[in-house]
Amino acid sequence: MTIFRHELHQGRNMLLIWSGIIALMLGACIGIYPELGKDMGDISAMFADMGGFSAAFGMDRINFGEFVGFFGVECGNVLGLGGAFFAALLGISALAKEEKEHTAEFLLSHPVSRSNVAAQKLMAMAAQILLLNVISVAVTALSVLAIGESPDTKTLALLFVAYLILQLETMAICFGISAFLSSNGPGIGLGIAALFYFLNIIANLTKNASFLKYITPFGYTEGADIIANGSIDVKYLSVGLVFTLAGVLAAFYRYGRKDIG
Amino acid sequence: MNAIQTDSLTKYYGKSRGITDVSLTVGEGDFFGFIGPNGAGKSTTIRILLGLIAPTAGSAEIFGKDIRRQKEAILSEIGYMPSEASFYPHMRVREVIKLSADLRKRDCKKEAAALCDRLSLDTEKRVRELSLGNRKKVSIVCALQHDPRLCILDEPTSGLDPLMQREFFSLLKERNAAGTTIFLSSHVLSEVQRHCRHAAVIRGGRLLLSDSIENLGHTDAKRVTIKGIGEPPVLENIKNMTTDGDTVSFLYRGDTKALLAALAALPLTDVTIADPGLEEIFMHYYDE
Repeated sequence: MTIFRHELHQGRNMLLIWSGIIALMLGACIGIYPELGKDMGDISAMFADMGGFSAAFGMDRINFGEFVGFFGVECGNVLGLGGAFFAALLGISALAKEEKEHTAEFLLSHPVSRSNVAAQKLMAMAAQILLLNVISVAVTALSVLAIGESPDTKTLALLFVAYLILQLETMAICFGISAFLSSNGPGIGLGIAALFYFLNIIANLTKNASFLKYITPFGYTEGADIIANGSIDVKYLSVGLVFTLAGVLAAFYRYGRKDIG
Repeated sequence: MNAIQTDSLTKYYGKSRGITDVSLTVGEGDFFGFIGPNGAGKSTTIRILLGLIAPTAGSAEIFGKDIRRQKEAILSEIGYMPSEASFYPHMRVREVIKLSADLRKRDCKKEAAALCDRLSLDTEKRVRELSLGNRKKVSIVCALQHDPRLCILDEPTSGLDPLMQREFFSLLKERNAAGTTIFLSSHVLSEVQRHCRHAAVIRGGRLLLSDSIENLGHTDAKRVTIKGIGEPPVLENIKNMTTDGDTVSFLYRGDTKALLAALAALPLTDVTIADPGLEEIFMHYYDE
């Protein structure tokens, strides 16, 4: 587990920064809810008049008068998008960064197989994503306690599980792409995360584009659907798991065969 | 047993030539020089041996083990020093050295401390603060701390000051005397001549020759230096001629009697006929 520990050590600053930012924004979001709650009737009416814009973010199907409805959209965007960016950066840098900085030559001239390197890097990324989510859950729990709300914990737990799976899928897809790159590609990673987010918005805007929900992991993290159905949509989730597996397999296959420059 | 044995090793990067049909044998316990100009294919050969790149054709064995099928077993017996030593910039030197030992699942603290002491390496510095020479020192420690059976060194002395180069070769000679095989890739001909027992010359991706340093130094060519004349004698088989004032120097590969007869007819004041230096012989292979 030397590489696993090494990866955690190398990524600790990035994890602290992203966890800190997401936790701060989650805390701030939850913190303003009591103030917004007073005017929630006006806000819900305003969203109802906004047509496509509300649909794009799933706000037309959510009751903002309830904390969990507010959390599903506002905080969901923070943890969903922020977490996806973090996961994409982790995944896209995992293998390519070593080549760009010429440390791959150092690492791979030791008696450790490439599949072992890839496996330990994958585990380290999963651990970092898990840690970010643990911190997010802890900050959410503390913030909820602080404002005196008592939301449905099952729905909140489902939302957090969906965000965790979204992040793992984004990381896995970027990890697969990373094995094909020989230079660091943070722009590619961030672009993929942003693309997924906007594909979901397009899918929400028109039924003709609803198939896009099969492509983007934001399809199964839609707060409005999870809250309304009390479950994560299995048909979107299943495709997401296939993409996750494909990303991981592509990374192992390509990294095991590529020439290290 | 041979330390390294390659058979028609070939590597193409797309359509670009890396190496072609390189068949090389390095005996166990040898101090072997691998010589060639930049871009000749030295690093490509080494990177194939280490499994960093896959050969397009041919095969290679290290200590009788196939480089493709038994890569991890082979790497556990190798200490490698790359031409450009790159480490994780935020790490401290001691962390890099420990990481290298941990990746080998070995406790090398004692040997690492002794090496750092001999090389005057500050282990508390971060990699990003190190000069090229100090990064090379870290690389030396990582390559030697686990007492490898084979050291593969790619242009190891670039960036090291002369004193450190001397200490480095002193270390290598000690290891070699204790049985470690040294495979030294270099374009510094003098260091190969001084330290290696065998050498191979590679140029344009092809192995030109491989022999003992002693045999490589033997040639039927003579370096002839004549003082007191401004023009060279009229002779066939003259190469690499230089003129400096009234001194003319050239390589002669031909009949000795014809040379002496031509010299006797000249108004020379002095003459030297000697074997050419090894460097000159290698340069001949480089230029040919």
